[in-house]
Amino acid sequence: MRSPFDFALALGDDALVAAQRLGEWTSRAPEMEEDVALANIALDQLGAARLLLTYAGELEGAGRDEDALAYLRDDREFRNCLLVELPNGDFAVTMAKLLFLSAYQLPLYSALAGCADERLAAIGAKARKESAYHRDHAALWVRRLGDGTAESHRRMQAAVDQVWPYAHELFAPWPGAPVDPAGLRGDFDAYVGPVLAEATLTRPADGWAPAGGRDGVHTEHLSYLLAEMQVLHRAHPGATW
Amino acid sequence: MAAVVDPEIRVITIDELGILRAVDRDAATGRVTVTITPTYTGCPAMDVIRADIRRALAAAGHPDADVRTVYSPAWSTDWISAAGRAKLAAAGIAPPPATRDAGTAPATRAGTVVPLTLAVRCPLCGSAETEQVSRFGSTACKALWRCRACREPFDHLKAL
Repeated sequence: MRSPFDFALALGDDALVAAQRLGEWTSRAPEMEEDVALANIALDQLGAARLLLTYAGELEGAGRDEDALAYLRDDREFRNCLLVELPNGDFAVTMAKLLFLSAYQLPLYSALAGCADERLAAIGAKARKESAYHRDHAALWVRRLGDGTAESHRRMQAAVDQVWPYAHELFAPWPGAPVDPAGLRGDFDAYVGPVLAEATLTRPADGWAPAGGRDGVHTEHLSYLLAEMQVLHRAHPGATW
Repeated sequence: MAAVVDPEIRVITIDELGILRAVDRDAATGRVTVTITPTYTGCPAMDVIRADIRRALAAAGHPDADVRTVYSPAWSTDWISAAGRAKLAAAGIAPPPATRDAGTAPATRAGTVVPLTLAVRCPLCGSAETEQVSRFGSTACKALWRCRACREPFDHLKAL
């Protein structure tokens, strides 16, 4: 039986790992404006992660704060979905990942804003406005690349095909959670479907649906990401500046 | 308290920006509690804002002031006061459209869609012939715009 701590931890880990991946684009994006945009979106994800992990630590009651949860857990203790830990790939893959993540986080945070847990409701009400910008940004690029040149179309379609299987895990039923993600799939499809159609892209068939992130079973990519994210804190525990 | 400015947009006070929610003084102990809220969840200026508030209160004779952070009701650009908008514009930052009546807290918008931006007037030359360069700018709360009339780039505090 998964607890309220597990739920806050899973959402916080989604946001934290997404922030770390998006941050990898800094200084490497296709244009300077995009560099700034991806860094801003990463910062929003980090902000949500800090609130969620702080709350998770309080729910657990074992004295772990946001830093202890972010820096002192190994990959098997992380509860993020597999989608966010996948490598950035090319820019099309990053935009496909961001589209699917934000088309999940936006209805999730919106539903949380009306849930009975006051802390989660406040975090949801705050984060959903930021998510709306993320989703809009990703959809803009998916349309532009999908309905662009033959090469951009080919790569955007390849990105959607590659990432699509990982979207299913986001909506795995979670009975008893403040918001059951299974109920958000309709919102996701209602948004992503038309975006793909406008982008002249084909919605992939549903089939293979890798999962395990919520149980701590990850792809090989997560431990490398954590090594980079945690190395400073682990080398100098408790250091501040 | 009214003199504490935003560390990233130093022309506007935290009260005008709408992130100062309350200042309370305990009648028995005299201890001051200040309540603030962030513009964006990841706003990196919050630690500096807290320190600035404590410093201002210490200088005013309240060295033990407590600064609390709340997230509800969520900040939106509707919380920026008319005076704050005017100061932003004077500093070359195009303010978001005003939808708030003076002296009242804004209604909470659902916030699930990006607010449509119809036209942003250039804060430098006043032209409405402007275009968005990027929805994300130098800080979390700003977007990058440029003016087609005077050719100057400028910041726009985007509607949230």
